[in-house]
Amino acid sequence: MKPLDTQKSYQEYVDKKSPNSPILKNCFNAFWVGGLICSIGQIIMDICKHNSLDIQLSGTVVSIILIGISALLTGLNIFNKVGKFAGAGSLVPITGFANSIVSPAMEYKSEGYVMGVGGKMFTVAGPVLVFGISTSIIVGIIYFIII
Amino acid sequence: MNWLQAINWLGILKCFIVGGAICVIGQILIDKTKLTSARILVIFVTAGAILGGLGVYQYIVDFAGAGATVPLTGFGYNLSKGAIEGVKQYGLLGAFIGGVKNAAGGIAAAIFFGYIASLISKPKMKKQ
Repeated sequence: MKPLDTQKSYQEYVDKKSPNSPILKNCFNAFWVGGLICSIGQIIMDICKHNSLDIQLSGTVVSIILIGISALLTGLNIFNKVGKFAGAGSLVPITGFANSIVSPAMEYKSEGYVMGVGGKMFTVAGPVLVFGISTSIIVGIIYFIII
Repeated sequence: MNWLQAINWLGILKCFIVGGAICVIGQILIDKTKLTSARILVIFVTAGAILGGLGVYQYIVDFAGAGATVPLTGFGYNLSKGAIEGVKQYGLLGAFIGGVKNAAGGIAAAIFFGYIASLISKPKMKKQ
């Protein structure tokens, strides 16, 4: 083998030897699992609208059902297997929010039901709520000023 | 089956494609950057709230329905939409009331079901 003296030839050598990045496969799995979860939400929404709920309430029903199911599946250790396969496909939908609440809470169960479960529930969900709600308040204030 | 007729299959297809595409953006962020999943959730909620405030996200919601509202960007959009509606109704006070009011069902369900699910969970078997 020729010695690899330049930066470029070394980089080419590494690219040739290292396994293909699984990013395409990951994206494909994320796409269809994420799409499937959203489609389940859309079906629930259509059924709610069929039963003459308004669009805001239908959306709330969809969130509650998806959150309930994914919290339960996380508690039964099923969600983590789906998550390993689907990556962002199960993380980005609202199911990932429920998962992010239950996972740390389960882990710290031994620290008690108040500070262990009740406190660690918000390890990830806390920042999500802080930034989400704060941004919405800023949006509201800006809207108030320019209105 | 009465409720089967309620389902708009073209709507489901749009929802599938847009919802999947939003998840692919998340997957690219996971694979290409060193961001933890917690930060990605925060980015998505904040991005949704900003796009919702700018009125851009409304177009995606109109096109894709649950494909746009089920991902966490939709949660952020919902918060912003509520804050704007709140301002219209109550003035400045509404900026503080509207957002959480809109997302109240989801937040309450996440806390309630999250706590119950943690209680009934089996402790993880760690492989040695």
